[in-house]
Amino acid sequence: MIEFKNVCKWYGDYMALDHVSARVAPGEVVVVCGPSGSGKSTLIRTINRLEPIQQGQIFVDKVDVYNCGSLDELRSQIGFVFQQFNLFPHMSALENLMMAPVMLKRASKADARKHALELLERVGLESKADAYPAQLSGGQQQRVAIARALAMKPRIMLFDEPTSALDPEMVNEVLQVMKALAAEGMTMVCVTHEMNFARDVADMVWFMDAGKLVELAPPDQFFAAPASDRAKKFLQDIRR
Amino acid sequence: MNYTLDFTALLGNGYPSLVWGGLITTLQMTLLAWLLAFALGSLLAVLRMLNIRLLNYAIATYVAFHRNVPMLVHILLWYFGVASLFPYEFNDHMNMIGGGEFVYSVIAIGLVTSAYVGEDLRSAIRAIPPGQVEAARSLGLSYLQAMRKVVLPQAFTIAIPTLTNQTLLLFKNTSLAMAIGLIELTGAGRAIESATFRTFEIYLVVTALYLGVSLLLMFLGAYLSKRSSAAMAR
Amino acid sequence: MLEILSDNWLSLLIGQWPHGPMGGLVATIGLAIISLLLAFPLGILLALGRISPYRIFYWPATAVVYVVRGLPLIMFIFWAYFMLPLLINTSVSGVTTMVAALVIYEGAYLAEIIRSGIQALPPGQMEASRSLGMGYMKTMRKVILPQALYNTLPSMLSQFISTVKETSLGFVISVHELTFAAAQINNILLTRPFEVFTLLALTYFVLNLLLTGLVKLIESRMNSSRLVVV
Repeated sequence: MIEFKNVCKWYGDYMALDHVSARVAPGEVVVVCGPSGSGKSTLIRTINRLEPIQQGQIFVDKVDVYNCGSLDELRSQIGFVFQQFNLFPHMSALENLMMAPVMLKRASKADARKHALELLERVGLESKADAYPAQLSGGQQQRVAIARALAMKPRIMLFDEPTSALDPEMVNEVLQVMKALAAEGMTMVCVTHEMNFARDVADMVWFMDAGKLVELAPPDQFFAAPASDRAKKFLQDIRR
Repeated sequence: MNYTLDFTALLGNGYPSLVWGGLITTLQMTLLAWLLAFALGSLLAVLRMLNIRLLNYAIATYVAFHRNVPMLVHILLWYFGVASLFPYEFNDHMNMIGGGEFVYSVIAIGLVTSAYVGEDLRSAIRAIPPGQVEAARSLGLSYLQAMRKVVLPQAFTIAIPTLTNQTLLLFKNTSLAMAIGLIELTGAGRAIESATFRTFEIYLVVTALYLGVSLLLMFLGAYLSKRSSAAMAR
Repeated sequence: MLEILSDNWLSLLIGQWPHGPMGGLVATIGLAIISLLLAFPLGILLALGRISPYRIFYWPATAVVYVVRGLPLIMFIFWAYFMLPLLINTSVSGVTTMVAALVIYEGAYLAEIIRSGIQALPPGQMEASRSLGMGYMKTMRKVILPQALYNTLPSMLSQFISTVKETSLGFVISVHELTFAAAQINNILLTRPFEVFTLLALTYFVLNLLLTGLVKLIESRMNSSRLVVV
């Protein structure tokens, strides 16, 4: 579904992404982890071209991301959830969800509304449909943000550290939503520090360090017996 | 100081309707010039975002010209200068839509204010976190759609205090049209002054009207600012 | 347009001097400088009044500022034209009227600039000075105002540029400044109004562009030399 072929990105002398090659199969849940500055956020942002690359290729469903017909069209099929939620503050939760489908003529206003309410129910926030982001807690905002991305009926969902900006007690409600999504068979790539999530839900763990994709392994294997030294050190550091 | 107040002298001879007419003219000028300034200013701000070198240069020159030259000189330039470039028949058409004094003043004031509005909107747009545009584009919205639905509405809210100030200045600048003979509020005041010699009284009336509308505009601005930031409350 | 400039540059520069009062560009700049210099102390006084906890100082200062902000400058000038001779019992020239009106008008705007400059300083400055035993006015004079005025220098210089533009209103009461000089030239030539007024506009454009550049230069010098202690 997603394929990275020798992807490189640099700023002057600094290699943000160093010859990254990997594949994500349909329905697979991949967790990308690593120390800060390892390039994991950069990698996920190159998939929908929020960050450009200088070398290599990225394919989504066989379509070259950097040579596709309409970037907007491609983006509408990829859902992206930001660390800072980035909800539109001047619109209610419902309006946040409805805006893109209506603007991009994917649905009539009535259908968009219906779908939006269903999604809000799915994430447990149907009662907050008319609330504005400022009136919602961080965890609620992120759940609305996930619903907003789902409103476009994407085939892939990308999560860029979705719980890193949340207070600890709200992390779980967001992870629950993500787990339910994974159980339904959505193709997901998540950059996260939540190792328990990786253990429970991920099909593959990608470990990155200094721009290089150092290790790819199923979670059981990665957490029990990491192959590389850097991965070993990383796991030691976060276990405390 | 030898002066006895006599307000009754202002009541006869159609003077009240002259003052009223002047006030209406002032308000009409304010509205039309404001619409011009706002439309043009928004366009300038959005065009700047496209980051085309030549376009930016042209807009910067436009803004610099309209901000560095006094408003009065702009009015004189349009009314005496530009008007002379058109054939005589054109002036007859002008008289059908309110007269050359009115039209050229509105154009001059509108263009100058658009330069300030454009700059104010530009800095308001820059104040919006880039994550907003990223979120909109990630959903598949085009650049223009993201601007229209996400960036500009928020930018206007941020810009309300400065825009209120600009509106106030615009309203006050309409008085400059009296220099080319337009009978707006100040012009009406001067006309009545020369007819009745009751300078203090008529000036007081005109001043009260200007202050009244100014205060109204300031309150309106404060109200709008409160309402829209309540809806957005970051 | 160039020939108009070459024929008339002298009257644009100095008006009808020596056969009349000093006019033109020189008068414009002179008016602006004198008005702003005189407005400066008034601005400080009004600013202090605006932040005063005593109502007797606060209300008059606030009233002046609000009235000035609510009235068009031209109305202000007409008021001055009328009131000044009455108040000092002699006839007053257009120039004096202009200066008086500008001093009060600019004073009010400067007051707001200075006020925001004072309020932008960390309250610790006032606290430290008062703790040493210095009175309020002494603190203002020695600690607060020097810093506030230095910090707001760029804004005040921008206000100077506004003042230069405002001198053009002298045209309406026949003050011999630049706009008036250009209008006189137009009355003589009669057939080239577009060129004359474009020339006038370009003169102001160049003048204010240079002044703006000067302000930016001073601002960058200030930013690089000042150590910002937060």
